[in-house]
Amino acid sequence: MLQLVARRVLATIPVMGVVALTVFALLHLTPGDPAVIIAGDYATTQDIERIRARLGLDRPLLTQAGIWLASVVRGDLGTSIYSGLPVTKLIGQRVGPTAALTVLAMTLSVLLAVPLGVLAAWRQGSWLDRVVMLFSVSGFSMPVFWLGFLLVWVFAIQWGILPVQGYQPLADGPWNFLRHLVLPAVTLSLVYMALIARMTRASMLGVLREDYIRTAFAKGLAPRRVLLGHALKAASLPVVTIIGVGFALLIGGAVVTESVFAVPGLGRLTVDAIVRRDYPVIQGVVLVVSGVYVLLNLVIDVAYVILDPRIRY
Amino acid sequence: MAPTTRRTFLAGAAAGVTALAAGPHVHAQKKGGTLRFVPHADLKVLDPIWTTGYITRNHGYMIFDTLFATDASLKVQPQMVDKWTASANKMRWTFTLRDSLKFHDGQPVTAEDCVASIKRWGARDALGRLLMGAIGKIAPVDKKTFAIDLEQPFGLVLEALGKPSSNVPFIMPARLANTDPNEQVKEMVGSGPYKFAAGEWQPGNKVVYTANADYVPRSDKPSGAAGAKRVLVDRVEWRYIPDAATASAALEAGEVDYWENIPLDFAPRLEKNPNVVIFVTDIRGSQGWLRPNHLQPPFNNKKARQALLYMVDQKTYLDAVIGNSKYYRTCPAVFMCGGTPFESSVAAPKQDLEKARQLLKESGYGGQPIVVLDPTDSPYAHAPALVTAELLKKIGANADIAAMDWSTMLARRANKGPVNQGGWNIFHTWSTSLDVITPAVHAAIGGAGDKAWFGWPTNETAEKLRTDFVKQTDPAKQKQIAEQLQQIAYDEVPYVHWGQFVIPSGIRKNVQGAVQFGATVLWNISV
Repeated sequence: MLQLVARRVLATIPVMGVVALTVFALLHLTPGDPAVIIAGDYATTQDIERIRARLGLDRPLLTQAGIWLASVVRGDLGTSIYSGLPVTKLIGQRVGPTAALTVLAMTLSVLLAVPLGVLAAWRQGSWLDRVVMLFSVSGFSMPVFWLGFLLVWVFAIQWGILPVQGYQPLADGPWNFLRHLVLPAVTLSLVYMALIARMTRASMLGVLREDYIRTAFAKGLAPRRVLLGHALKAASLPVVTIIGVGFALLIGGAVVTESVFAVPGLGRLTVDAIVRRDYPVIQGVVLVVSGVYVLLNLVIDVAYVILDPRIRY
Repeated sequence: MAPTTRRTFLAGAAAGVTALAAGPHVHAQKKGGTLRFVPHADLKVLDPIWTTGYITRNHGYMIFDTLFATDASLKVQPQMVDKWTASANKMRWTFTLRDSLKFHDGQPVTAEDCVASIKRWGARDALGRLLMGAIGKIAPVDKKTFAIDLEQPFGLVLEALGKPSSNVPFIMPARLANTDPNEQVKEMVGSGPYKFAAGEWQPGNKVVYTANADYVPRSDKPSGAAGAKRVLVDRVEWRYIPDAATASAALEAGEVDYWENIPLDFAPRLEKNPNVVIFVTDIRGSQGWLRPNHLQPPFNNKKARQALLYMVDQKTYLDAVIGNSKYYRTCPAVFMCGGTPFESSVAAPKQDLEKARQLLKESGYGGQPIVVLDPTDSPYAHAPALVTAELLKKIGANADIAAMDWSTMLARRANKGPVNQGGWNIFHTWSTSLDVITPAVHAAIGGAGDKAWFGWPTNETAEKLRTDFVKQTDPAKQKQIAEQLQQIAYDEVPYVHWGQFVIPSGIRKNVQGAVQFGATVLWNISV
């Protein structure tokens, strides 16, 4: 197991290198110039050139890439062209909200969707199954921003029991922290609930038709024990895969939710940086997020081994 | 000012800019508390001399003070300056600072700080450059007094030092003001009414200011950027909420107190909310611009530009961009309408599509695509681009809409080359009144060719008139020059303005004392 982890961690280095270079090249080939934005409406061409020189944007692309990669290797992701703050500090300010939102959304998704999927499979064709499937289709179909505004209108404007927007760190008290996260987390989790519920149901249906499950029921085991102790364990590999992929997707999918609820997370940092062509910030965020993706894949692989000891890498 | 509960919109003096729901009437304002303010953009750049962004200008007003300031009626008033003198020929000026002016680091404001700040501002700002070009010497006389000796006459010395919009000549400590003007200052230390809480700044989320207990406001009434800057709240939090629907809901739910720029389609709903007052901060508003590229065909030909002039009907544009006539007015004046000093209707044309078609034909236009830059993420530039494209088709032009985001547009409009090499023919933008109302600041009427604002018109007469304007000390002659410039603008067509509009703010009823001005300033407010 340790060998697997070590091997996979080492394998992330070339992956991250390729990601870094690709992002750098793509960004610098995209139209837009931060010097023009900074210089403002009434700047002369000379002003823009001077700012470009100050920012090092007048150097050849390869030189810029080399300088950036060398500083990344030293753990320095650079500084924002606009605010002058270190990219690591900006990312540090934003990791908390995104992590909290993602973890809460995924926790909600798993806690609700897995039991619903199991029940729907167990009672296939019943009204319960149909309700779960209806919920699943609705979850897929509902645009995140629309659901977000609907929840805001009901819970914040009409009933006034939850805040419209914003984020409070856990340090400001767990109640305040949760109050601000409930609506964004529910909004973000709905599509994943739908996905996980469907996947759990489909996987469980396959397992429930196996002989050993029929045997378990025949020998008088309680349904809960059969479903959770035997069937769900066997059906969990695809579910774990989808949870892992879902986690990765949540980080990206949080952009819309963070905007709707004004949660100052990584998604909004990325979008703001792209809009202004703040190259160091975009590069830094993409590098960090790609690292998280790689690590999540590693966690999924390790989970496979734990859930099914027959699996070898 | 009208009573707190009143929500009125007064027609503009001459004809219809929707003016104001006046700020709440102030009897006895409470002290203390936090003002939660939603700014029009995210504050990413802190140095108001390094960038011209309005958000950074407004941030500058929070923490820096100015020697002079423009009041609500556009008159220049002393702010940090106690007294000043000008020689009979107006070539030597001396300025003495008020007592008790202190920076946020506890150091007194000195004449040396003022001189260094003016020099840095003068290296970046367009009017500042003109002033510095006229100055022979600027130096401290003693701790509290400095002098300016002009080499050439300059009629706008006080107007320049009290310039209200970007770049504003804010006063910084000399140790910061000596920073290269092309580099950001590293600290935010001013002598203004609020202190910047650097540790709490989260770009993209929150900016925090705390009351400057050492600030000594003037005794005159607050008016625009001038007068008493009374600090009545302990803390101001700028909370950046990028989504308009969220900001609107937050204002309705009382989670924020003051939303700076309401998108106009949200105004009707907020107007119905009894806890919210719609407030127009900048009663003169903004002017919409259509800018042709004078370097490339067909608009390197005067007749083709005149075709644009006769093609545009301001009401068509304003209906498309703004929609609600409460918030716009048509205006024939290049230097804007509604009590502006150089308002005039001289030489203003009327829409005549037939004449426009004829002029375009006479220009030798051969049917090549006319590239209209269309930043789809900016409503005040996207909608006019669509209107222009439609009207171009009506006068027989082959309009080619190039959709992009605002940042791409900013980069592309700097390209002087032909359209097949990434150039352009037309883009749209807008400018607030403070950057339009005089020939000295109006960027679109210049004719400095390669050195002119994007679009690069060449017109030596216009340039000479602008230079004469800044040298002129007689207001009557300044007005005459402004009219001449307007005539030139309607003949040479450096740009076409497509109307005047205001963008309202929304404030909760508990907010009192909001100040009306072309830039959003947050002193005198209580919650």
